[in-house]
Amino acid sequence: MSKILILAQHDGNKINQGTAKAITAAQQIENHSIDVIIFADDIDSIANKAAQLAHVNTVHAIKTSNENWKLSAGITGKFAELAEGYSHIFGPSTTFGKDVMPCVAALLGQNQISDVMQVIDANTFKRPIYAGNAIITVNSPHNKIVATIRTASFKTADMQSGSATIENHNIDNPQSDTKFISLQTGNQERPDLQTAAKVISGGRGVGSEENFEIIYELADKIGAATGASRAAVDAGYVPNEMQVGQTGKIIAPDLYMAFGISGAIQHLTGIKDAGTIVAINKDSDAPIFEVSDIGLVGDLFKIVPELMEKL
Amino acid sequence: MKILVAIKRVVDFNVRVQVKPDGSGVATDGVKMSINPFDEIAIEEALRIKESGVAKEVIVATIGANNAQQQLRTALAMGADRAILVESNSEIQPLKAATSLLSIVEKEQPGLVIMGKQAIDDDNNQTPQMLATLWKRPQATFVSKLKVNDTTAMATREVDAGLETIEVTLPAVISTDLRLNEPRFVKLPDIMKAKRKPLDIISIDDTVAGFDDKELDVQLFESPMPREKGVMVESVDDLVSMLKEKGLV
Repeated sequence: MSKILILAQHDGNKINQGTAKAITAAQQIENHSIDVIIFADDIDSIANKAAQLAHVNTVHAIKTSNENWKLSAGITGKFAELAEGYSHIFGPSTTFGKDVMPCVAALLGQNQISDVMQVIDANTFKRPIYAGNAIITVNSPHNKIVATIRTASFKTADMQSGSATIENHNIDNPQSDTKFISLQTGNQERPDLQTAAKVISGGRGVGSEENFEIIYELADKIGAATGASRAAVDAGYVPNEMQVGQTGKIIAPDLYMAFGISGAIQHLTGIKDAGTIVAINKDSDAPIFEVSDIGLVGDLFKIVPELMEKL
Repeated sequence: MKILVAIKRVVDFNVRVQVKPDGSGVATDGVKMSINPFDEIAIEEALRIKESGVAKEVIVATIGANNAQQQLRTALAMGADRAILVESNSEIQPLKAATSLLSIVEKEQPGLVIMGKQAIDDDNNQTPQMLATLWKRPQATFVSKLKVNDTTAMATREVDAGLETIEVTLPAVISTDLRLNEPRFVKLPDIMKAKRKPLDIISIDDTVAGFDDKELDVQLFESPMPREKGVMVESVDDLVSMLKEKGLV
């Protein structure tokens, strides 16, 4: 029997879908039982939401003082303590999970299996290395497996139909060497880039912050999230949270439309799992056309308005 | 304050690696090797902190084979004061790396450890967090802006939701993201000067006494599945009709 503990990520109001994707990965292990661990200061309401995650038996709900739940330092000690009774400890491969999980692995004396993209069996997993240019099969012969689950590789498990038991815990000695100061977030009205079914993205070819307006308009027209290449973020056209690729977000929408993105390998890594990739670029030799399902060579400033009209 | 920067020798980021036909690894013979780009950013940040007067010494360390001295010399040429090679002839995994670095940290007592958020070869993104955990000190990962004084660091982190700012009490571990800075270029006279800077070599075995290594077994290397060849369309009308056919709009 594999006893699996999954770290729930949330923003205080909603459970992050990465959590439900980690549950999907956990379900692919034979003969499993799945529990969730969640930390918050206002724990009761969010723990109730975690209890609605399908396939979960128990939610360990841990109340933290103030904003400690947002910080790796505030949660890893208790997390590792509760992880003692489990064979598998999973977290989403989001920036939160990537921050927290290696600490838990270290406390448990294990290496972590990062960015699991496929479950082979209870001890064997596939994960990408070299920015996705190679895939390795990793086996852990040990009795505790700590892993982060690549969110683009797994479907979201149902987040409504569960009825897990909630078990409450406290943290006795809260830490104070790390303080949360602020979180600056961008646009909240468009769909979330990480989980959106459609994504419209722009690159250096868009040319300026002002020019990105046409990307946003097109996205709003078809209800898409917006993304960008690293070049566009570095140039200051858009904020960092829009970056798609190896060091940004790795996404798997049904439709990905790239405007003025040449397609550096690091960007392509972030979109490989997309259903349909559409590339629009004025350079017919742009590497993005090597991975696109539909390519159109042309001037995005003519093509976007035409799409606005015809979609 | 001393700053310790941990770096790794990796296949240069411009090289497109190929999986060996027998699935035993990736081909690295004769391939250009460099400092992991995130670690180069870590070196640059440490040097800037030193230049601002907050730190007095920048020590650069790596764990690797003897030829990783090349990357240490590059770091010395950038401006680091001295270097430590922890010699290991086999590849090691993150928990062993963190354990080994901890022994250097305990000896050198730095106020800050700065390192790249991940190495671009194994993409593990684990060692900084593990070092902070073993050291029982705070961590600030994926940092794109850093302000340091004698006792604290204010770090802005690139997170999925945007930019998160945290304050950590020193000593602490910082892991760098791409937009933290742009590393300086090395000048020729500095390369000459770097040859005379101290570079100590120690054995990995002397840094991990008593460590129980729970290694993971890598069983197979494969090339990723290529995407099916797509089509080029000539007009927006063709694009729109294809998208409609697929039910995507």
